[in-house]
Amino acid sequence: MSNEHGNYLTNPKGIWSWLTTVDHKRIGLMYLLFVAISFALGGIFAMLLRLELFFPGQQFFTAKEYNQLFTLHGAVMVFLFIIPSIPATLGNFFLPIMIGAKDVAFPKLNLASLYIYVFGAIFCLASIFLGAVDTGWTFYTPYSTTTDTSVVTMTMGAFILGFSSILTGVNFIVTIHKMRTKGMGWFRMPLFVWSLYATAVIQVLATPVLGITLFLLILETTVGVGIFDPVLGGDPVLFQHFFWFYSHPAVYIMILPAMGIMSELVTTFCKRNIFGYRFVAYSSIAIAIIAFLVWGHHLFVSGQSDYAAMIFSLLTFLVGIPSGIKVFNWMATMYQGSIELKTPFLYFLSFIFLFSIGGFTGIMLASLSLDVYFHDTYFVVAHFHYVMMGGTVIAFLGGLHYWWPKMFGKMYSEFWARIACLFIFVGFNMVFFTQFLLGAKGMPRRYYNYLDQFQPLHAFSTVGTWVLGAGFFIMLFYMLHSLFRGQRAPQNPWGGLTLEWQTSTPPSVHNFDETPIVTGGPYDYGKEDAHV
Amino acid sequence: MSSSTEFVKHEVAHHFVDAEQEFDSAKLGMWTFLVQELLFFSALFVAYAIFRFLYPEMFFEAHKHLSWVMGGINTLFLITSSFTMVMAVRCAQTNQNRLTIINLILTLIFACMFLVIKYFEYSEKFHHGLLPPALFTGEGVAPQLPIFFGLYFAMTGLHGLHVLIGIGLILWLIFRSVRREFHADYYTPLEMVGLYWHFVDLVWIFLFPLFYLIG
Repeated sequence: MSNEHGNYLTNPKGIWSWLTTVDHKRIGLMYLLFVAISFALGGIFAMLLRLELFFPGQQFFTAKEYNQLFTLHGAVMVFLFIIPSIPATLGNFFLPIMIGAKDVAFPKLNLASLYIYVFGAIFCLASIFLGAVDTGWTFYTPYSTTTDTSVVTMTMGAFILGFSSILTGVNFIVTIHKMRTKGMGWFRMPLFVWSLYATAVIQVLATPVLGITLFLLILETTVGVGIFDPVLGGDPVLFQHFFWFYSHPAVYIMILPAMGIMSELVTTFCKRNIFGYRFVAYSSIAIAIIAFLVWGHHLFVSGQSDYAAMIFSLLTFLVGIPSGIKVFNWMATMYQGSIELKTPFLYFLSFIFLFSIGGFTGIMLASLSLDVYFHDTYFVVAHFHYVMMGGTVIAFLGGLHYWWPKMFGKMYSEFWARIACLFIFVGFNMVFFTQFLLGAKGMPRRYYNYLDQFQPLHAFSTVGTWVLGAGFFIMLFYMLHSLFRGQRAPQNPWGGLTLEWQTSTPPSVHNFDETPIVTGGPYDYGKEDAHV
Repeated sequence: MSSSTEFVKHEVAHHFVDAEQEFDSAKLGMWTFLVQELLFFSALFVAYAIFRFLYPEMFFEAHKHLSWVMGGINTLFLITSSFTMVMAVRCAQTNQNRLTIINLILTLIFACMFLVIKYFEYSEKFHHGLLPPALFTGEGVAPQLPIFFGLYFAMTGLHGLHVLIGIGLILWLIFRSVRREFHADYYTPLEMVGLYWHFVDLVWIFLFPLFYLIG
């Protein structure tokens, strides 16, 4: 029985024990590996794109190759990286520990999700060699049903990946409802768990709609269904409605867990209880609900009715309220806190800055009059990169640095981590703030060529990708160094109060040697008998 | 009457506190999964609604190509199979293993009969070329007729796939019942597959009037 109380990384040993594990921590780590590879792949596509755009005219790629590159960048980043990024890695690892459970409710299903993910990823990657898709990651009809590229293979991959995401969602919902330990009431759960709950709800409700939409698209390109084909009396805009009914909520699948991480970081590194716990918790749920009512803002210029557009515009503005509540509450938490500027907290600050810009430009794009002008320009590209990368990726990195010592039992170099964070922050703004300017000047997205007057800004943006890339390289270096040569991490390096910091580092196979009993809130800083 | 001691004892998985938590988790998980299934079919029903609203005459014309008798018989088969499924769960709860197995086999037979009739329906459509747009060679008044058959095959095909998966699950249940694994203290898989089977039944209850009984 010694296995049960040993460190999960080495008990039991051997590659086979990893491939057949049902331990949520190991599954989380394997996801982390795949997600990191996907991110690197998507990142390489992005850097190639930017390289092409350094000068106007054709440099390295033809127009079609450029179209394939931006499609692959989008599809890999969305389906293979960002959707599973936080929930399947950090979520899988810490959700059960944070609520004092031994595992997720369905451990085997969890492993199945991982294999479904790998299976779907194989399809996506195979499509690159079978005539890479050039439709953009949105697969809009009628182009996607007429192009000769491998739309079927890629959408099949995304369809399969969808089920991985759905099953993770089902698992998390049941885990949060049924697996909480004694004393872990709903309002004693860490806010990361609340955000994962809201995420899981969207995963379960929205992803199947993408599944069926891609299924219909596959049918349409093979035997035909007719509903997207105007020749037969079908409607291509219907595809856009179906697609965004999933893909807009999917944006919140990406950002909600990131917001959850922010709540953990701000409390731990300010040593203060979160300001307005219930507001932060409920705002996650509010975002999950509003998420389903705003898809039409992607169709402002697709020919939907003006009334529909007005209502979608109004509903989209509403998203600003719960998001604002969160940002203001985090700021209020910092007030009079004893702030420690460790690397995770630097990412927290980056997030606040970048996500605010992403959010405010989102409000601009939700306004009908502005969107008609900005639609399909670099302004939109910059906006969603500020939310997706400035928000989700930055938070993911923050979470990764925060929990790294717990996951691997090793510390990383604080000095190099700060340097990398600086590179990423500066590089990111070089790449994408420039694109706000380009978009406002009228540079349309998805073109490999442009007018000479845009060249300096395009070149500046491309140089930014090199700074950004350098940041990630430094990170890769010190993270690997930490794994092999890092100092042993103490049980609780940051003084966190949530349950994962109360167990050994790295955690034992069953997470806790004794099932914890919870007696207080998750962030009771300053109280004598805080938490357990 | 066999006593419960003759049954295979169920071990609660290590990460659950007790059997009750395990059962509740499975049940909530299954319901959540069914919500997902509902959303999966929903886009098809939305598409159906849109195109029926756009081309009501075409839908009326098209439904004459479907046999309501065959559809009706299939509806009866599925409803009956849902009943035998419930009985299988009930019999497990009262430790009547033999009856559990008999009810499961009946459910299996009805499910297979459903697919047999579906097979005859499909081959008739193939014969007349009443198929999704790319394969459509049939004759009809309305130019949008292929859309009807596109939707018909997408929706009944996907439903048929669910029936097929159901058959696989029922076979698995029969196998485990023969090994005497289900009894009053443990019948979770029976109950879960039951929920799934009722859902599949319910989808058909909507498909039948929408395609066969127009006008």
